[in-house]
Amino acid sequence: MIKKFIRLHSLREWIFIFTILAIAIVLLPLFNILVPEESVLHVPNYMFALMGKYLCYALVALAIDLIWGYTGILSLGHGVFFSMGGYAMGMYLMRSVGKEGVYKSDLPDFMVFLDWKELPWYWYGFDSFIFTLLVILILPALFAFTFGYFAFKSRIKGVYFAIITQAMTFALMLLFFRNETGFGGNNGLTDFKRILGYSLQEPSTKMSLYIITTIVLFLSYILSRYVVQSKLGRVLTAIRDAESRVMFSGYNTVHYKLFIWTMSAFLCGIAGALYVPQVGIINPSEMQPSNSIEMAIWVAVGGRGTLSGALVGAGLVNVAKSWFTVAAPDYWLYFLGTLFIVVTLYFPKGFTGMLARFTSKEKSKESA
Amino acid sequence: MKQTYLLVKSQILKTNIRGCKVFVRLLGVFVFLIVGIFSFSIAEANDFESSLKDLGNKSRSKIKIAVKRLGNIGNPAALPALEALKDKHLQISADGSLIILNESEDQGRDALSGNPVDLSSLTLHKPRINNSVRRVLSMAIGKLKLTSDSPEVRLQAAGQLLKRPSTDLVELVEKALDREDNDEVRKIFMLVLAKEGLKSDDKNRRLKSLNIINEFGNNDFKTDLEALLEKDDTGNFLEGDSEIRDHATKAISTIENRQFFINQAANLFYGLSLGSILLLAALGLAITFGLMGIINMAHGEMLMLGAYATFLVQNLFREYLPGIFDWYLVIAIPISFIVSAIIGIILERTIIRHLYGRPLETLLATWGISLILIQSVRLLFGAQNVKVANPSYLSGGIEVFHGVVLPYNRIAIIMFVVFVVISIWMLLQKTSLGLQVRAVTQNREMASCMGISTHKIDMYTFGLGSGVAGLGGLALSQIGNVGPELGQLYIVDSFMVVVTGGVGKIAGTVAGALGLGILNKFLEPVAGAVLGKIIVLILIVILIQKRPQGLFAPKGRMVDN
Repeated sequence: MIKKFIRLHSLREWIFIFTILAIAIVLLPLFNILVPEESVLHVPNYMFALMGKYLCYALVALAIDLIWGYTGILSLGHGVFFSMGGYAMGMYLMRSVGKEGVYKSDLPDFMVFLDWKELPWYWYGFDSFIFTLLVILILPALFAFTFGYFAFKSRIKGVYFAIITQAMTFALMLLFFRNETGFGGNNGLTDFKRILGYSLQEPSTKMSLYIITTIVLFLSYILSRYVVQSKLGRVLTAIRDAESRVMFSGYNTVHYKLFIWTMSAFLCGIAGALYVPQVGIINPSEMQPSNSIEMAIWVAVGGRGTLSGALVGAGLVNVAKSWFTVAAPDYWLYFLGTLFIVVTLYFPKGFTGMLARFTSKEKSKESA
Repeated sequence: MKQTYLLVKSQILKTNIRGCKVFVRLLGVFVFLIVGIFSFSIAEANDFESSLKDLGNKSRSKIKIAVKRLGNIGNPAALPALEALKDKHLQISADGSLIILNESEDQGRDALSGNPVDLSSLTLHKPRINNSVRRVLSMAIGKLKLTSDSPEVRLQAAGQLLKRPSTDLVELVEKALDREDNDEVRKIFMLVLAKEGLKSDDKNRRLKSLNIINEFGNNDFKTDLEALLEKDDTGNFLEGDSEIRDHATKAISTIENRQFFINQAANLFYGLSLGSILLLAALGLAITFGLMGIINMAHGEMLMLGAYATFLVQNLFREYLPGIFDWYLVIAIPISFIVSAIIGIILERTIIRHLYGRPLETLLATWGISLILIQSVRLLFGAQNVKVANPSYLSGGIEVFHGVVLPYNRIAIIMFVVFVVISIWMLLQKTSLGLQVRAVTQNREMASCMGISTHKIDMYTFGLGSGVAGLGGLALSQIGNVGPELGQLYIVDSFMVVVTGGVGKIAGTVAGALGLGILNKFLEPVAGAVLGKIIVLILIVILIQKRPQGLFAPKGRMVDN
């Protein structure tokens, strides 16, 4: 079993991966703690929350690459799974605020504000971290399974699937925008105080969350790599390229699609849960159709069907977004829009494809 | 007056003595009548003028008396002054003449003559009134309006009486009812009387009132009727007479039934209206998605561009042709079509044509286009919504039932949609271009072999789809604000319409749009606007599971590629 995992990458690749991992979870925190603040090499505290956010996005991109890059199913509704994980974590964080809210009540502030007297039943259990963890791991996957079961069974595919997933996220966004739904309406869940007893304001908590996110991303990457290189992964790629032929060869494609779709939602839910404590807020705008489409472009920019491309793409686009929203907010949408067009028209293989072409050219030069 | 009368009388007597009896007597009677009437009207006019002047009196009780007298005289000329007094726009100059100010209080006219007055030379003060004066005022205004010559004013006055009834006016209404020949106004007068009649002691009158309410009444009467059925603490009916109670129960159920049908009719209309708007938004999408297989996420922005084109035409008219401002909408129809169509064609030529056969990539690229278009419009016109005014012939509406107003702009949009759908159908079915479009849709290679330039047809089709979206934008500008995000609001709904109706069929799109619109409006009162919309979306998702090809699927089996 372990051998199987080791065989996923060549030795050089493994060294590369572990170097990055070591830099991320050892070197960067060390540079924060040991290097004095005046130094250029000092890694400021805010960097960890920011990096943590990007890593969550990278996990989302990984999840979308599994379903879109490898199986050819474009989902425009991954914001839903992300938000489900996020809201579950948010509910736990709300409950652990205790009586320290603005109204000094046991209920979350927004409920007091709405004049609710008691906790709605679906908030029960979120006092417990274990329960919350179970919800985060199970609920998005279960929801995706149910949705996918019906969708794939009636052979909805291609643009139809994209459109109904978009409708799904749109409907849920509207639902969560209502105050009566019981998730804080427009404002969502925010003003968290602590997680597992640790204050969320503390730099050490932020750093720990960042390290946990890095490790989760690493494990998810290894798992995804394992899946796509297994026999199951081969079938998925075959489904992407010629679904009818796979069916004629005797495979029930519904099962394969359902598995990868559920796994994708599962990873996306975890990403949402890690995202919320680091960003400090979750609200229905995460379920805007435009957000889910943006997630797809991360993968397209990085390169579909490569896994590593998805991680790079999520990083590149979001760093660009952070830079634009500060330096030239008016031009961010131009940049993003142009990115959508240019990548689909000229770089269908994305950043990693470009890189591969570049290196192969050099190699051919060397051999010549 | 009396002096004149005596004078004339003595004159008549004198002539009588002189002879020429018959003629003179007749003449005398005639003169008597003329002079009498004349003097009477002079006296009344004096009374009228002095009462009107009294509106500016310092004493509130005198104002009250003046108002009452003006109401009793029944001269509609007093209406502007009374209404101005009520709205606090009436002022008194130092010499005691009354001046009515306009809304912004920078212009005034004389209350009696109606001539404009120069305000700057006058020192003005407002007469002070209190609630008791205001009550009397409303009544006097109501009285004057009831006797007005215009049936619309009478209708309005009667409607107000119905809302705020007063026992003092019953007699007046009865008189007005006798004179009234307009059925609408008669109906309301009868209801006013019936409402009063309920309170009377005469059982027959009460029963009669209940019957009238039963026949014409609306929801507003329910509280009055329910009051008749109330019980006291011990469980006995407050109303002793069981016959009255039975009639009241009957009237309530009649009213509820009627209201139910009215509500359903109103829902149907608003559903049709929403459906027609969805149809305009989705029709262009049905053409590009259905006929060409292109997912155009920038379709919503074509709507937005059409709306902004309308906005620009409106501004140009306001600037250069204010005289025929109302006609801007007619000119905007071709312009909004052309603007969106040209931009659509440019996009098709430069970007989309490279992506044929890759629907998911098209989806992402067109999304990118939509982002760029939104941001460009935002930078050009600002992020705020802009207002497109209704032309005068589209503002207002007709009240078909009590409380149900059908706005003209929505009616016009429904008619406009019918026109657009028929035009497109004609274009696709009856012209050679349409024939070529259908040929390319059915089998691109074969059509190409037959000498059809498929590239050109693609371009035209995309231009047509975008242009129709531009027309949709024009329609949207008439019922709401226009902003850069306008298209985003409709894109999901438009896709739902196309998917529900089935791809490739105009009839499917029509059915999908109207069906969704009506379903939405019927769910709204039951589930609330947001929940209603969510239910509709869920129903669509279920429908697609059951019928992936939509309601109007093309017949036959197709091989997917």
